[in-house]
Amino acid sequence: MNPSELAGAEPGAAFTVTLDGRELDALPGQTVAAALWAAGVTSWRTTRGGGRPRGVFCGIGVCFDCLVTVNDRPNQRACLVPVRPGDAIRTQEGTGHEH
Amino acid sequence: MSTEPVGPYGQAGAYGQAGPRGGTPPRLAVVGAGPAGLAAALAATARGVHVTLVDSAQAPGGQFYRQPAAALGARRPQALHHQWRTWRRLRDGLARHIAAGGVTLLPQHHVWCVERRSEGPAGRPHAGGFTVHALLGPGQEEPVEVRADGVVLATGGYEKVLPFPGWTLPGVITAGGAQAMLKGGLVVSGRTAVVAGTGPLLLPVATGLAAAGVRVAALVESAAPRALARRVGTLAGRADKLAEGAGYALELLRRRVRTLVRHTVVEAHGTDRLEAVTVAALDTAGRVRPGSERRIPCDTLAVGHGMVPHTDLAESLGCRVDAHGMSVAVDDEQRTDVPGVWAAGEVTGIGGAALSLAEGHVAGRSAAARLRGREPDPREWEAAAASRTRLREFFAALDTVYVPPAHWAEQLTDDTVVCRCEEVTAGAVREAVGELGAGDVRTVKLLTRAGMGWCQGRMCGPAVAGLAGCAETTARRPFACPVPLGVLARAGERGEPGPPTGETQGRGGPTVE
Amino acid sequence: MTERLTCDVVVVGAGMVGAACALYAARAGLGVTVVDRGPVAGGTTGAGEGNLLVSDKEPGPELRLALLSNRLWTDLAAEPGLGTAFEYDPKGGLVVASAPEGLAALEAFAAGQRTAGVAAETVTAGQLRELEPESAPGLAGGVYYPQDAQVMPTLAAAHLVRASRARLLTGCTVTGVLRSRDGAVRGVRTDRGEIHAPAVVNAAGTWGGEVAALAGVHLPVLPRRGFVLVTEPLPPLVRHKVYAADYVADVASDSAALQTSPVVEGTAAGPVLIGASRERVGFDRSFSLPVVRALAAGATRLFPFLERVRAMRTYVGFRPYMPDHLPAIGPDPRVPGLLHACGHEGAGIGLATGTGQLIAQVLGGRTPDLDLTPFRPDRFAPRDEEPGLRGRRFAARDGNPGRRGRFVAHEEEAE
Repeated sequence: MNPSELAGAEPGAAFTVTLDGRELDALPGQTVAAALWAAGVTSWRTTRGGGRPRGVFCGIGVCFDCLVTVNDRPNQRACLVPVRPGDAIRTQEGTGHEH
Repeated sequence: MSTEPVGPYGQAGAYGQAGPRGGTPPRLAVVGAGPAGLAAALAATARGVHVTLVDSAQAPGGQFYRQPAAALGARRPQALHHQWRTWRRLRDGLARHIAAGGVTLLPQHHVWCVERRSEGPAGRPHAGGFTVHALLGPGQEEPVEVRADGVVLATGGYEKVLPFPGWTLPGVITAGGAQAMLKGGLVVSGRTAVVAGTGPLLLPVATGLAAAGVRVAALVESAAPRALARRVGTLAGRADKLAEGAGYALELLRRRVRTLVRHTVVEAHGTDRLEAVTVAALDTAGRVRPGSERRIPCDTLAVGHGMVPHTDLAESLGCRVDAHGMSVAVDDEQRTDVPGVWAAGEVTGIGGAALSLAEGHVAGRSAAARLRGREPDPREWEAAAASRTRLREFFAALDTVYVPPAHWAEQLTDDTVVCRCEEVTAGAVREAVGELGAGDVRTVKLLTRAGMGWCQGRMCGPAVAGLAGCAETTARRPFACPVPLGVLARAGERGEPGPPTGETQGRGGPTVE
Repeated sequence: MTERLTCDVVVVGAGMVGAACALYAARAGLGVTVVDRGPVAGGTTGAGEGNLLVSDKEPGPELRLALLSNRLWTDLAAEPGLGTAFEYDPKGGLVVASAPEGLAALEAFAAGQRTAGVAAETVTAGQLRELEPESAPGLAGGVYYPQDAQVMPTLAAAHLVRASRARLLTGCTVTGVLRSRDGAVRGVRTDRGEIHAPAVVNAAGTWGGEVAALAGVHLPVLPRRGFVLVTEPLPPLVRHKVYAADYVADVASDSAALQTSPVVEGTAAGPVLIGASRERVGFDRSFSLPVVRALAAGATRLFPFLERVRAMRTYVGFRPYMPDHLPAIGPDPRVPGLLHACGHEGAGIGLATGTGQLIAQVLGGRTPDLDLTPFRPDRFAPRDEEPGLRGRRFAARDGNPGRRGRFVAHEEEAE
């Protein structure tokens, strides 16, 4: 049993997004974080100081660890932002404003 | 669990009765659409008050009743939930009141500040009224302002996590975060999980992950919950809570989840991702027993050490916050000491969904009466008040049992990151205290930057206080979430808008009643 | 601590000024004890931006003190480890004018400063965009002040106390000033015992009036509230301390009403700091949306890119001001052994080193580098301190031009 089966999910058709140019499948209704988790990705940011990888921590928008750049907008909380067809998701480095 | 205090929902139709302001009903803003906010909104709107329910999520429910996004098409969301009947009543009641025009629901509105206005229309119970300043999600760049005569703060809480070496590795998440991702996104972060920390949340998280197909390698609880049974033996209202706990225990047994009580995670291992954790037994003093360490391979660690109330909005409104509990102080009617501001649910002290429903119900009734210029009669909410008393006693007892290990800070090596945002280490905090004259959390923050990052110390506050050996104090965060300077520069510029329109979305215009 | 401690000098206040007094007194060979009722930098020091400015001061006693302090800060920053420890950044200040008339006034002001030893370079509109590429288009020009610098004030106070090797007693409240029969100071009484010393330095900042009262003298130090806004971390997009040349007398103003003028600067850690507001509202810490709204509006006018940058927090501090807007520095002739070093009104971080040096020189019986007459602690007659007269300018009656010619901007310090 996986979570979707458990909840009897019948989502709409999957669509494609990219993470650093790589294509991934995502489902309507998922957040960026959920789509990345579903694709087996657990980190999408490196820290300003040590360059360490980070992903979801609190999952509810409080900790800001899951910050990510979506369609050139930096510092989006992946756990809050719904994923949309064609989204260009980029691993965020530093302050997110350096690019 | 008792669902009695939620009261008579579905009494649509009371809305529209003339209020003191020339035939239009008083306006109540409820911030937070979890159990407390929903109960407050329903109780108030059933008694002739127009409610604007403002919430950051895509749909109401809060953390406890977090629902899968509609587009995921979940036919059995109840498989992820407890107390589903109560949720159905709340959901259906809300839908009826929205349809009747008594409630305006503003989802995906992130409130960054509630402002008490100094001037306003004369003859209102709270002269100046309030402006709720929100950012429209998910971009959070577009401002929305909601005017109201009174405010119920039902902002809930978030999870406390004490650090340990390796806790910043991807794959280490909060227990509540694991649950939120599961309930809301129908996803998990791996195949093998350890659930650890302390508190009643760990049980439903472990059973939830197990039900969703994750192998739960261990449930690691630092307290000895058997003490709970002794502790609450004399408390009324314990039976349902204990039965609930026993239900989880059975389910864990059934799913062959190994439960380790009086154990703690001492380290998470991995290079760029979690690969294993080391757990160890605790002695009676709360120290790790040497030689008891064992390594458990896992790709997910869901960890939590209790909850912290979201007091930011209350604090900047000037409400008294109980420094010890770091919760908003309220009276028997759930009123704060700021006229026109009520608070209900976790924000007044952590106590779970049932207590939040009771408090929200009382707050909604009190607000409705007072905004309509009447003295409320507490006998009307007797049942809710009795339930509130029982549940507060129960959770006070729970708090004495579920405490983190007394000597958790000893496990922190000097290079362990404590402030996740600014990457401040335990060693830096120790230096600030030992060598630079810091004696409180604020000075540690100024000297090290711990707590100055994006999360504003919400994650590291308890840890920094514990490491520094000083009391945890309520942080002042005038902005409950980051706000663009362009929005801030124009906040409140819009004039007093017209009477309520009963529209169901705030998109039609930036100012909503 | 219930035992009696003995030392050469007790410094009351572990903020920036107290730390500097401790450092220079210790280096003059004195045994120093620093006592504070809170932690290090727990008052105004911890609530400012850390400005070391000459740009906002007109020729006169405060500018002389600022230039002395500027040299001393440069020397301290060059000591091994110290400059990096408190994030010393000689970034330079840039005062900008939006219109030609403003620029003319600014240039006239700078000309006066140059004669007093300030380095000030006129900047054309084109050069302005080179110095600050993100600044708003259409500004008329400005003046660049290379001597302006910044430190992280809490770190500076903590590291100066540590470098002084003074005995530091935090969480210790001074409850009385001990006097001998002839009236001279012989130490302080605290809630944890007595500290005996022939000299006491009042470096209690905004609360300096209370410490003076313990010694039986009046010192009219009053709080002026200021908010600072802090943004999300950014790459270095704001390179200098940039403020607008709305040449007004805000600092020297006697108005209690809110005054704001935009002051914008980056920090080593990434966030941009935005000041400066000042209000006389007593010690009211409550959040004020109208004030931070005005700060945000001013900053986005100077740097349009800030529109979409997020403010993460704001904090409030209380700047100590005196009726003529000059600090009280030096011995108090009314109480032998009592010295004051407070009332720097939002310039205290910058002026701390000079103040500490002057106090140490007095304590060591040497001639101070500057004439202390303008900073005399007893320069205020008691009637000036009566609430009803507080608004009047002492300086005007005294024939002293005061500091009406101070640019608004430089007030606060970092967090």
